[in-house]
Amino acid sequence: MIRKISIIFILSSIAFAQSCKPDPDMDVKAEAPLAFNVPQGWPTPSYNYSNNPVNKAGFELGRKLFYDTKLSKDNTISCGSCHQQFSGFAQIDHPVSHGINDLVGNRNSPPLFNLNWHTSFMWDGGINHIENQPIAPIQNPIEMDETMANVVTKLQADATYRSMFKAAFGDETVNSQRIAKAFVQFMGMIVSSNAKYDKYKRGEAGGAFTQQELDGYNVYKQNCATCHAEPLFTDFSFRNNGLPPTSVNDSGRAHITLSAADLYKFKMPSLRNLKYTWPYMHDGRFNTIDQVLNHYASGIMQSPTLDTKLSGGIALTDQQKEDLKAFLNTLNDEEFVKNTMFQEVK
Amino acid sequence: MVSFRKFGVMRKLLIISIALVLLLACTKKPDPVSEPKSEDKGFMLMFDNYVNSDKLIYDKYYLNENKDSFKVSAFKYYISNISLKSDDGHNYIEEESYHLIDNGKDSSKIISLKGVKAGSYIQVQFLIGVDSARNVSGAQTGALDPNNAMFWDWNTGYIMAKIEGYSPQASKYPNNLALHIAGFKHPNSVLRWVTLSLPTVKYAENQKVTVHIKTNLAEWFRTPNLIKFSDLSIVASEGKEAQKIADNYADMFSIDHID
Ligand code: HEC
Ligand code: HEC
Repeated sequence: MIRKISIIFILSSIAFAQSCKPDPDMDVKAEAPLAFNVPQGWPTPSYNYSNNPVNKAGFELGRKLFYDTKLSKDNTISCGSCHQQFSGFAQIDHPVSHGINDLVGNRNSPPLFNLNWHTSFMWDGGINHIENQPIAPIQNPIEMDETMANVVTKLQADATYRSMFKAAFGDETVNSQRIAKAFVQFMGMIVSSNAKYDKYKRGEAGGAFTQQELDGYNVYKQNCATCHAEPLFTDFSFRNNGLPPTSVNDSGRAHITLSAADLYKFKMPSLRNLKYTWPYMHDGRFNTIDQVLNHYASGIMQSPTLDTKLSGGIALTDQQKEDLKAFLNTLNDEEFVKNTMFQEVK
Repeated sequence: MVSFRKFGVMRKLLIISIALVLLLACTKKPDPVSEPKSEDKGFMLMFDNYVNSDKLIYDKYYLNENKDSFKVSAFKYYISNISLKSDDGHNYIEEESYHLIDNGKDSSKIISLKGVKAGSYIQVQFLIGVDSARNVSGAQTGALDPNNAMFWDWNTGYIMAKIEGYSPQASKYPNNLALHIAGFKHPNSVLRWVTLSLPTVKYAENQKVTVHIKTNLAEWFRTPNLIKFSDLSIVASEGKEAQKIADNYADMFSIDHID
């Protein structure tokens, strides 16, 4: 009797296990697992895929969406038009972004890497979750000028997309939520953690700092680290670093909070990959690191919301500047900008 | 011996049925994109939109408290976190309780509450708007799909309630009315709880009960803040004006009748 029961139990458990396996054609795609790894010594990310298990099919779908001009109203602009890999997924040489019908925006396209650590998105932090980010450029009249509803319709009509949604999510349903989740399976996987600095920190080959780089590291620690904090080189807070407002008069964080205390504060950018991501600042006003350092030395505008650490400016000797620049150079991650995983599949 | 045998058979049956349940539980559920259909039994809430004593009809002219004339082309609001209270103290709490009532879509006006137990119900409670948790949890679907035109993409969050329309008295954007009421964070939250007492509703599980809730759009413009369209006809961000309207619409619901 007992034996019979246990046999039935074993059989039913097998049935149970079988029924829980994904579709056979999903198995094929999901076979090469893709893992999101937190680099050694880095903090816990804000987004960890717990509600959006990352798999190869989802990543590939996200990558296709990222480079697809179909997501814009007139099929001319993709995310990749403004976020180019060779410039760290920023838009090189464009002080402000350049979108549909040659319309220009008010803000500089920020680089895209290490996004899963961000606590908010956009220069003003208006977007509170990475999954809610892609819909914004799609629907922005001067970026891609399309509606998310139309994007869903366009993708639904496309057999390749339908099968990619099936591979990624189990069936062919296309909806805005799945689009968002696929985007994050791609964008969030873009991690830059293999600069010389990272190798230095991990004690790996190729990570030995020169004396000048070590001196520059100290200059950074004394003058920049409280805001552009290691290891991401930003603390994601909103601050005013004393840039004089331009005629655009971008109020920054105050646009979202409606609080005068947040006027002209912007989300702290990272100092990683500066070699590729110029021009700099929320409106791309500076083309070179020297201009940035001159700003900190003598260009700071006093105002009620200026960060107190900057009220006296940051004066560096010529030697310190050279050392600092040598250190900043160790934050450029060539592997990341050349990583074929993130390239458009032609 | 006989009883032992019987016991064994029952155990077998039990195990087989558990296995079956597990099997069924593992088959993939489709995404909940389709709306629940109204059934012929169950506990329902039905929202009927009015302007004072007139049913709300798009493109018909009405007067607000200030005697400004207006017509409406869209009236939508979120209802979430619905619960019922019974006279013996047990409460019903709806799971995944997010509903978009869209005046242009009749099927959206009926909410069929799943799993209400038999009892005498004396109160219904809900939130006008989408609770703050779902405003910070990333991409959503169903009633919360951003494609329902009730979502701000530039300042993440749901538009909790909106009126669009026209008024000759409206001063901005040639006479347009566009009241998009949003904000879930302190101090700009427009979320408002609504508690309505019911004349005791006796509900048995095989029965059909419909609680008809009257939504009076005129309340948006009446108390405590008198709204003149010459001063306020567009709300497109969080803040004081959205708060004023939310304070006004907090009491736009009343129990009309039960059948
Ligand atoms: C027309 C150029 C343009 C296009 C097209 C574009 N972006 Fe952007 N992107 C920008 C600009 C400019 C910003 C900064 C906007 C702001 O701060 O208001 C930005 C910001 C972002 C951010 C936030 C980064 C941060 O550090 O906060 C992400 C993520 C992003 N874009 C991803 C995308 C995706 C995904 C797409 C395609 C669906 C896309 N972008 C399409 C120009 C563009
Ligand atoms: C008080 C905080 C603070 C300190 C200290 C600080 N920064 Fe910044 N930094 C900011 C903020 C805020 C921005 C973004 C400003 C904007 O775009 O409006 C920024 C922007 C930058 C940028 C532009 C990055 C980009 O991608 O556009 C660079 C480069 C930079 N800082 C370098 C430095 C260096 C080097 C130091 C030390 C010498 C330093 N900063 C010290 C707050 C600070």
